[in-house]
Amino acid sequence: MSILVNKSTRVVVQGLTGREGSFHSQQMIDYGTKIVAGVTPGKGGTKHLGVPIFNTVAEAARETGANAAMAFVPPPFAADAILEAVDAALPLVICIAEGIPVLDMVRVAAALKNSKTRLIGPNCPGTISPGQCKLGIMPGFIHKRGNVGVVSRSGTLTYEAVGQLTGLGIGQSTCVGIGGDPIIGTSFLDVIRMFNDDPETHAIVMIGEIGGNAEEIAADFIRKNVKKPVVGFIAGQTAPPGRRMGHAGAIISGGQGTAKEKYAALRAAGIHTVQSPAEIGQAMAAVLGKAKRKSGLKASPKKIAAGKAKTRAKKRK
Amino acid sequence: MKIHEYQAKAILAKFGVPVPRGEVVTKKDEARAAAERLGTPVVVVKAQIHAGGRGKAGGVKIAKSAEEAATFAERMLGMQLVTPQTGPEGRIVRRVLVEEGLDIKRELYLSVLVDRAVGAPVFMASTAGGMEIEQVAKEHPEAILRETIRPETGFQAYHARKLAFGLGLSADLVQAAVPFLQSLYRAFVETDSSLLEINPCVVTGDGRLVALDAKVNFDDNALYRHPEFKELRDLDEETPLEVEASKYKLNYIKLDGTIACMVNGAGLAMATMDIIQLSGGSPANFLDVGGDASEERVKNAFRILLSDPNVKAVFINVFGGILRCDMLASGIVSAAKELRFKVPVVVRMEGTNVREGQEILRNSGLNFAVANGMKDGAEKAVALAGGAR
Repeated sequence: MSILVNKSTRVVVQGLTGREGSFHSQQMIDYGTKIVAGVTPGKGGTKHLGVPIFNTVAEAARETGANAAMAFVPPPFAADAILEAVDAALPLVICIAEGIPVLDMVRVAAALKNSKTRLIGPNCPGTISPGQCKLGIMPGFIHKRGNVGVVSRSGTLTYEAVGQLTGLGIGQSTCVGIGGDPIIGTSFLDVIRMFNDDPETHAIVMIGEIGGNAEEIAADFIRKNVKKPVVGFIAGQTAPPGRRMGHAGAIISGGQGTAKEKYAALRAAGIHTVQSPAEIGQAMAAVLGKAKRKSGLKASPKKIAAGKAKTRAKKRK
Repeated sequence: MKIHEYQAKAILAKFGVPVPRGEVVTKKDEARAAAERLGTPVVVVKAQIHAGGRGKAGGVKIAKSAEEAATFAERMLGMQLVTPQTGPEGRIVRRVLVEEGLDIKRELYLSVLVDRAVGAPVFMASTAGGMEIEQVAKEHPEAILRETIRPETGFQAYHARKLAFGLGLSADLVQAAVPFLQSLYRAFVETDSSLLEINPCVVTGDGRLVALDAKVNFDDNALYRHPEFKELRDLDEETPLEVEASKYKLNYIKLDGTIACMVNGAGLAMATMDIIQLSGGSPANFLDVGGDASEERVKNAFRILLSDPNVKAVFINVFGGILRCDMLASGIVSAAKELRFKVPVVVRMEGTNVREGQEILRNSGLNFAVANGMKDGAEKAVALAGGAR
């Protein structure tokens, strides 16, 4: 199955004719993503990259049956683009833009609440279900179809984790970059819920960052509801306090937000945590090796070996 | 973006928020003249730096005469003020604010900021004014009143009444508090602030509400809507290398270690700092070159990294997505040729066009240590920087 996007996802790209929009749309088309429409106000009726262009998202959706929007729009216009996709009642919209004013996102968050639309991002790499649909700016070739769901607040750190998994022969069901902004459309909790319900996802990688308390909320849900193994990493263990997150924000979330607190929450939820970002893939290999032995399924010798090496390494520590 | 107290008060006054009368000065004589013009029995002299905790550090003084105000101003101007928020190096005081003294009956705390968990602004208030709100939140969380403001309705009079009555203000004062709080909220929204804090807001003997202190931080992402704020930026309050980096849209934060890092993406940049530490070294900085870095930007990033005298090795960790490894490699090579540095450089590249990138590094004739994975890269960088601490 995978989550969010698959072979039947039909995409309208907002800002398709722009420099970034053109580049990434071509990459997505090459990957096999079905881009059925583009939207650039004033260029309706033309074609770009062989894709018909419309003036409005509503028109594009009506004419082409698009069921997902991908916004390549500069930050000052990004809120408007998301709201237009919400207005057109598209089930999914992905916004890459980094640097949207937070009060714009306050309005977007309010509009999303009573809508049919799910927003991924902003300030994110997008989402990919390997071999089916790439809706984002991630390098497609590092991915491999499989059964591990990856969710992360960061872009390139997600590539890092995926690169490690693929290198160990472990494929992914869906990888979701939820974005690094204070206000985002889809949280860790939302994605973990979807992975938990997705039969094709057997295990989950969750990559958090310091700040806020979204990781803690997701960890609490995992503790109560998730039987699938989860590997977790938190970036920013060595980040100086106060530089990335304001004091006042930390007050609101009850003093949560440091890497130490997040690791404690993850461990309390039974998540297999790694301190080093270079060990995400190995940790998953170890976990999968164990899970397969437990369920009597045959694991590949390579994975078992990796699992054993990991256990040995732990004992040495 | 941070601004000074006197700038914040000038903005709030434009929105109708009552603030003390006062003047900002840079010289002793000006301070005396300002105190004379104010003509109140006491005046307050306040050091203007971008950090809180000034009172305990000696940055806020009450003067009983114009002469005393001049003396305090002279002592403060040019002084290295160290507060819990400045770090040990402190900040040089370049301006002081001379304000009228007020007859203070009560001190309250007020602030507006965006609650990321709810995705909406929240107005906070507390009777524990003048105290550090972090401490109040820890010890008496129930003493902090909160009103979440939905963007559909905005800040209504009832929000203000709930807060004002919650603070235990008399019915008369609540009448004054409603427009006061509404003005604050309007200032928050219309200036695209990320934080607006009045600590303390005071009740005076003659029954007025006055913003005795003011802290306003602007949302950097919304500055394009407020070109007039550009002149409020005080470069003296920022780390010089960080100012230089911001010119090239580089997200750079100086730290005190010896291994400089150049990374694409904030998450990977933080993770790179973490793995340097795990490998026994210490990062000299956080640097995100961004996804759309050009050769020019890579070169400037290099120059900035190397102008930190503590740097003993550079670790470049890039997972190419939009950023192509060949472009990065060309940037590194041309920077190396131009800057002629002696510091060893470890390069770890992965992702888009990685082969072409490695080819460029190999053919450059320069001596780069090529790493296989980020763990290997971090370990090599630590070894080249002189080993683990």
